[in-house]
Amino acid sequence: MNTRILNIASNTFREAVRDRVLYNLIAFALLMSGAAVLVGQISIDIERLVVINLGLTAVSLFGIVIAIFIGIGLVSKEIDRRTLYTILTRPVRRWEFIAGKFLGLAGTLTVNTICMAVGVFAALLYVSHKFQQSDAWILVALYFIVLQFVIVTALALLFSSFSSPLLSAVFAFCLFVIGSFSEDLRGFARMATGIQHWLATGAAYLVPNFSALNVISSVAHGQAVSSQLILYNTAYALTYTLMSLCASVLIFERRNLK
Amino acid sequence: MSAIEILGLEKTYSVGFWRKKLKCALKPLQLSVEEGEIFGFLGPNGAGKTTTLKMLMGLVYPTAGSARILGMEINDPRMKAQIGFLPEQPYFYDYLTARELLEYYGRLSGMASADRSKKVGEMIERVGLRDSADVQLRKFSKGMLQRVGIAQAILHNPRVIFLDEPMSGLDPIGRREVRDLVEQLKQEGKTVFFSTHILSDAEALCDRVAIINLGELLRVGSISELTANVRGKVEFVWHGKTIPAALNQLGAECHISGETVRAIVNEANQDAAFDVIRRQQLRLISFTPVRTSLEEYFVAQVKPNGASAGGGA
Amino acid sequence: MKGSPQVTLFAIALLVLSMACSMLLLRQLDKTRPVATLQETLFISSPKVLQRMSLGYSGLLADIYWTRAVQYFGGHHVAGAEHYNLLAPLLEITTTLDPHLLPAYEFGSSFLTAQPPNGAGMPEKAVELMENGIRNNPSEWRLYFNLGFIYYMELKNPNKAADAFIRGSKLPNAHPLLKVMAARMADAAGDTLTSQMMWKLTYDTSTDKLVRANAAAHLTALIVDAQVGELESVVARYQIVSGRTPATFSELVRAGMLMGIPIDPVGNPYILTPDGRVEVTDPDKLPFIKMGKPLGYKAPDLPKLPTD
Repeated sequence: MNTRILNIASNTFREAVRDRVLYNLIAFALLMSGAAVLVGQISIDIERLVVINLGLTAVSLFGIVIAIFIGIGLVSKEIDRRTLYTILTRPVRRWEFIAGKFLGLAGTLTVNTICMAVGVFAALLYVSHKFQQSDAWILVALYFIVLQFVIVTALALLFSSFSSPLLSAVFAFCLFVIGSFSEDLRGFARMATGIQHWLATGAAYLVPNFSALNVISSVAHGQAVSSQLILYNTAYALTYTLMSLCASVLIFERRNLK
Repeated sequence: MSAIEILGLEKTYSVGFWRKKLKCALKPLQLSVEEGEIFGFLGPNGAGKTTTLKMLMGLVYPTAGSARILGMEINDPRMKAQIGFLPEQPYFYDYLTARELLEYYGRLSGMASADRSKKVGEMIERVGLRDSADVQLRKFSKGMLQRVGIAQAILHNPRVIFLDEPMSGLDPIGRREVRDLVEQLKQEGKTVFFSTHILSDAEALCDRVAIINLGELLRVGSISELTANVRGKVEFVWHGKTIPAALNQLGAECHISGETVRAIVNEANQDAAFDVIRRQQLRLISFTPVRTSLEEYFVAQVKPNGASAGGGA
Repeated sequence: MKGSPQVTLFAIALLVLSMACSMLLLRQLDKTRPVATLQETLFISSPKVLQRMSLGYSGLLADIYWTRAVQYFGGHHVAGAEHYNLLAPLLEITTTLDPHLLPAYEFGSSFLTAQPPNGAGMPEKAVELMENGIRNNPSEWRLYFNLGFIYYMELKNPNKAADAFIRGSKLPNAHPLLKVMAARMADAAGDTLTSQMMWKLTYDTSTDKLVRANAAAHLTALIVDAQVGELESVVARYQIVSGRTPATFSELVRAGMLMGIPIDPVGNPYILTPDGRVEVTDPDKLPFIKMGKPLGYKAPDLPKLPTD
């Protein structure tokens, strides 16, 4: 069972690499170098702030785009190319297929993020010539960003298992935007009354909480991230992802592959 | 124990978003295939061939009925280890080379690694892809893709092999190669179940065929049974260019080509035709019974919809 | 034969379990982040930059910041903060993104002005906010009223207050009391009746729950102040007439100086101390009172929030 899942995962990774996904790193590198050079010429004191804010935001956005664009095709492409039929007629269970595809994309994004992290730290070094103690928290911010990717991947896969690529992209993107404002959504829910209150509360609990995973600005100011937050965020990301994957498996199990 | 037992498999789809209409893709099907047979599943497009195959593969869930392959249930992984499947018009992973693709499938089929590389090499040789083994699949022609497809279907030495339209899109040489491969599989004692609408291939290869149209099974039997010479014709070939008028009255179809005439009459009129030819003193070259071709039989079964008799007339 | 039943059951069970866990964890996360830091709530603290970045969706963004302002204030208020540093920037951003969001101006007028722990204690910021509002909404009489209110109540500047009231009273739909209040500014400041008028107008014409509650509390306090003042003067008269301090209110009633035992607006009887002072029974229920506080009374300590 595990080897099959790992095989599917590594093949998904291979597909992403050969589809030249990792070329996005070039664009990212250009962006970071450009920013580092520009910022070095402007005012003092905020270079670190700008480099960290820009760098981490870019990592986050690039990754979300990749997660959505590859994620939505994870199942539908295999159906189009008829490859899914040759896989499921081997001793591979449907849920193993879903798990493998998920791990493959999540792994790709993690590798991508690690490469980008090197770029961010390089730009930081260039701009301020030395590291500070508080820069360690940047790693925590990056870890949270990877957790975001994991959730978005699971959601994109969920939509891919039953709807067309275009719709999947729209849904996944919407959930990402709403999820980034989920704390505000809960604020709306508290201020609303009657039906709107219940609807908003329901939505606020179902939508992924990306706002808690976004510590870019506080890390840019060199503030620490509490270990409690790290613990809860990790647990939350894992349980939410699990929820999404279970739903994917349930849908995929019952689907007629015409 | 039969290789394949289909017990009343049935599939109905509900179409439409608001008002669900029922569309029957396959009426309850009863069929069995013995081990070592080459079995052809014939029908025009949209007859229900692919639906049946997909239900056997566990890709589509039947509305009713069940099936067993090698005595095991459809979704049993042990059963899946013993079957191979080639879908219709596959593209595969175009970023992989043929060797990488087969390695991947081998791993998923649970082949041990030492054994695997050897088998993959053998398979590549067998389907004649030695020169393109390390070329990415995106550069493969249709015929080459089909060969890779067959390779992945038989890589893990399955007992039963399912092929969906294996000859589609192939040139005559490609078709010949696939035919030879299927013959070899039969020699090795494997069961082959394939669907096609190219009757000449079925005629050449199959031990038995089933004819299906509009979701309904029309006939099952060996080729010779189906084309038994009940409504047979006979063919006279003589030297010359004349066609006696009397022959036309017997309802003969005549073709003149060069210095010979060919006339085909119903068997019932065989003796009468002989008389005419003798009286005319035509120089008879040959006299052959013409069996109904599978194509004629097929068209007869399929074309007149309501009038298609279940039994051969 | 629809898929594997074991897998389906297991997946359903796992789905329900993880859904429950994720909801619990969400609540924990909320608690771990009760007060967003300045950087996070504002992220970009310059309103102008934010507006340019909002790509035309400034209305929605304004609503989001308005929600944050209310949540921020509500959260702090309950816990008893010493500072409300984020309130002014949040309201500034909100009103830059949507200059016509009147509730934001009203909220700022009440709670930027009020002293901690009830508000930010920044009346100058409140004045700035009002002036901004007037510039963008010149025909909203309430904004002029709020401006005058702040000048009178908190900044003790009756001239500027009068100015504001007069400007407001000139509007076609202005509340008639604006003219009256302008006139009263000429008289002495600290006049209870004027204060009462202003709080009552706020209470009557506002739609915001918090603002009305605040106004009601102030009105109640004014009533108490007046009542305590009156009661103490009755006690003084009794002292002059009878030559001694009355022990209870009943004595005053018997002497015909009081109609009955006096009750305060929250329903508790007033207390007459041995040295002739009048006190309220439960001062916690009557914030903002100036008279009638028991000696040595200190407002209760609310749990402190981390400063932002």
